[in-house]
Amino acid sequence: MAEVRLPTLLRVHADGAASVTAAGSTVGELFASVTAAHPGLADQLIDENGALHKFVNVYVNDDDIRYLDKLETPVTDRDVISILPAVAGG
Amino acid sequence: MSSFAAPLLRLTITQHERIVAHCYAGLPDEACGLLAGPVIGPLAQREATGFVSEVYPAVNADASARTYTVDGRDYLRASRDSEARGDEIIGVWHSHTHTDPYPSPTDVSSAVDPMWVYMIVSLRDDIPTLRAFRIRAGEIAECQVVLDGG
Ligand SMILES: [Zn+2]
Repeated sequence: MAEVRLPTLLRVHADGAASVTAAGSTVGELFASVTAAHPGLADQLIDENGALHKFVNVYVNDDDIRYLDKLETPVTDRDVISILPAVAGG
Repeated sequence: MSSFAAPLLRLTITQHERIVAHCYAGLPDEACGLLAGPVIGPLAQREATGFVSEVYPAVNADASARTYTVDGRDYLRASRDSEARGDEIIGVWHSHTHTDPYPSPTDVSSAVDPMWVYMIVSLRDDIPTLRAFRIRAGEIAECQVVLDGG
């Protein structure tokens, strides 16, 4: 099981947990597992086209999955996946 | 008056200096960074105490004088460091190079976390001015900012 770390904004959808564990061999599989257990997270992570939501950044350890294979990025049980909202303004 | 309360924010003089220095260093672009502090209370009512334990200068990934995006890796590092201390990221700060230290329409529409503090430093005048806000569903409430010694 890999560890998926949640930002404070999303913890309310996971009973307040700072991190959850999930099974899967890719980030997308992990997210399917996480959102099955915590359905409130689904809309926050994945857009209507099934892609990673553009306001969310996801890291496998230190690497942004947008520069890897996005939701197809492979993960192992030793990886830590971090989800962070994009922080922006003008 | 806004319909929600905003915490009193306590910054040390050193933290204030670091924030302002990073904002000047970023010119002519906007500069940004994150604030960490303790958060208390039950789920769904969790609230920053207003104490700031650390400020994290970040890269403005937009490299723009008009907008900012906190570099994702800087956010990741700040998030890890603050959680290792038992704190959380409680807000973000950025500079306005030529306008008031008040949330722009873009700031309001981009404010995703109702529990965060949105701090703005204006560099328009000779003396920088810093104000902080909470932004919820398009509504703005100002946080009083107190500078402590240290
Ligand atoms: Zn702004």
